[in-house]
Amino acid sequence: MRIGTLKESYVADAALFDSRTQHAWLAIAAALLLLFPFMASDYWLYMACLVAINVASATGLNILTGYTGLVSLGQAAFMGLGAYTVAILQTRYGTPFLLNLLAGGVVAMLGGIVVGIPSLRVKGLYLAIATIAASFIAHFLFANFQITGGTAGLSLPPARLLGMDLDTSFRLYWLIVPVTVLMLLGAANLFRTRIGRAFIAIRDRDISAEVLGIPLLRYKLLSFGLSSFYAGIAGGLWAYFFRVVTPESFPLSMSIFFLAAIIVGGMGSILGGILGAVFMTMVPELLKLIVDLLSGGAGLAVFLSPVRLVVFGALIIGFLVFEPLGLAEIWRRVRRFFHLWPFRN
Amino acid sequence: MMDWAYLFEISLTGIASGGLYALAALAFVMVYKATRVVNIAIGEMLMAGGYLFFTFAAMWALPLWLAIPAAVLACGLLGAVIERTMIRPLLGEPPISVFMVTVGLSSVLIGLVEMVWTADQRRLPEFMPSDPIMVGDAFLAPKVFWGAVVAAVFIAAVLLVFRYWRGGVALRATASDQAAAYSVGINVPRVFSLAWVASAMLAAVSGIIVGSIGGISSSMGVFGLSVLVVVIVGGLDSVLGALVGGILIGLVEALAGAYLGGEYKLLATFVVLVVILMARPYGLFGTHEIERL
Repeated sequence: MRIGTLKESYVADAALFDSRTQHAWLAIAAALLLLFPFMASDYWLYMACLVAINVASATGLNILTGYTGLVSLGQAAFMGLGAYTVAILQTRYGTPFLLNLLAGGVVAMLGGIVVGIPSLRVKGLYLAIATIAASFIAHFLFANFQITGGTAGLSLPPARLLGMDLDTSFRLYWLIVPVTVLMLLGAANLFRTRIGRAFIAIRDRDISAEVLGIPLLRYKLLSFGLSSFYAGIAGGLWAYFFRVVTPESFPLSMSIFFLAAIIVGGMGSILGGILGAVFMTMVPELLKLIVDLLSGGAGLAVFLSPVRLVVFGALIIGFLVFEPLGLAEIWRRVRRFFHLWPFRN
Repeated sequence: MMDWAYLFEISLTGIASGGLYALAALAFVMVYKATRVVNIAIGEMLMAGGYLFFTFAAMWALPLWLAIPAAVLACGLLGAVIERTMIRPLLGEPPISVFMVTVGLSSVLIGLVEMVWTADQRRLPEFMPSDPIMVGDAFLAPKVFWGAVVAAVFIAAVLLVFRYWRGGVALRATASDQAAAYSVGINVPRVFSLAWVASAMLAAVSGIIVGSIGGISSSMGVFGLSVLVVVIVGGLDSVLGALVGGILIGLVEALAGAYLGGEYKLLATFVVLVVILMARPYGLFGTHEIERL
């Protein structure tokens, strides 16, 4: 039972992980992540990689929408920018993949900053629609440029690390998961710094933030840039994971997926982004399982994609109406319950 | 060398299809003005109207004079249900939450339509005259022409109704000042329901017209994206903006489609959107919100 947190210094108060229980749990989680690839089947490894990519991108969107309060429906387009950059660098120049990933992040970041420029004048919902426009323009460019391979897209060879092709889920796991964990730590630390706090101030009331001396344009662009940097890296990982990139790979519905993930998980919470992305990636698989069980293998499979749409929409609506703070809040309540567990009432 | 007759013909088609945008945009603006909800699912509500009409007219073989009002009423009922179950519980929440609820709603509607009617494209029964329409030397597709005429009639009717009918006055009063509307005895929550029902019915009308021109499918919501561009360009809360924006976007789409190619249509409208947003962040005729601390 925990009865209080007694902090004696500012550093201790600002620490990312503040209790011994938390350290223990983190160690267990890290051990599980390390052991997972040796225990899981190919299918679960595949899912783990996909989940990790989605977690990275959803965390990026969380920085922008959850922490800075700028709604964006362009996350998939920024992933596309990253994926295409990686694909072009890999197929044309054969540069090492870590460099490609970084370049993908940087290109997406520049794209994000360009899209973010209207954000000083254009606010709220007008901005959300402007990001839809950006994602359509990006789709058009992908489909009509020579260098992006037109509508057929690009296919790329596997990433090479120390003379080894990263071509199975097992090998890719060791690339994707560490990168995602690194990015998560980065995001969590961001909100202990001046920049992160400025983002939160802008979300809560942007005019007040400006009065407090936060240059709005610079910080809003920074938020857009960071968020699309995350999307770009996630897109690059996506490109190495699926090894084919087409203009149809990053539709508007994918942006809605990420928005749904952070709503369901909990906006403005790193844990929320993780929980939401994991949950939303697993939901279609769960549905597939249920539909298979119900139909006994055949017949109902055509219903899968519409059921998926309905469930996605219903999850968004349900969480907004009944649990606006998302899974992260449910998790917090469960934890609080166990803090006092045997002695409450 | 410009071909002026061709340009004239394209522009006419553009203006006529702009009339349809204007009607759908009116449905959107009505909800926004009364309740400050950005209904991104407007295209999907159009789709619902189209499919309901399809069910009544083609599957149950009802006569047209019964099928059209039935579809419109059923869609109005849908609007009422949406307002009651999803929008009302979020009264007072930040506008972004409500916006995202409508994102979810559009996903649910598409899924339901695909479940009930499958994702295949369907044709609506023909009910508009099919004699070719000639304006001077220019040819105008009869469906587009009659669609525009019906849209114009409905727009005029809606404007009149909301100018003189008691409920319409209540709606406008609520739109201009909610607290004042309460204090003079207007039942504001009921006005919200009214706005959603009326908007859903208008959406059904334009869904039936759009569907009878181009057929209906579960991807009809794309029409809604153009409608969103229309209302953003015109200004979210401006009826005049919806009309002007509708015709403007109709023209831009027709011209881009004719001179650049079909795949440039959406691109052109979105470029117009971005340019106008940069120059006038609240659209052409939208109210410039003054922010106070």
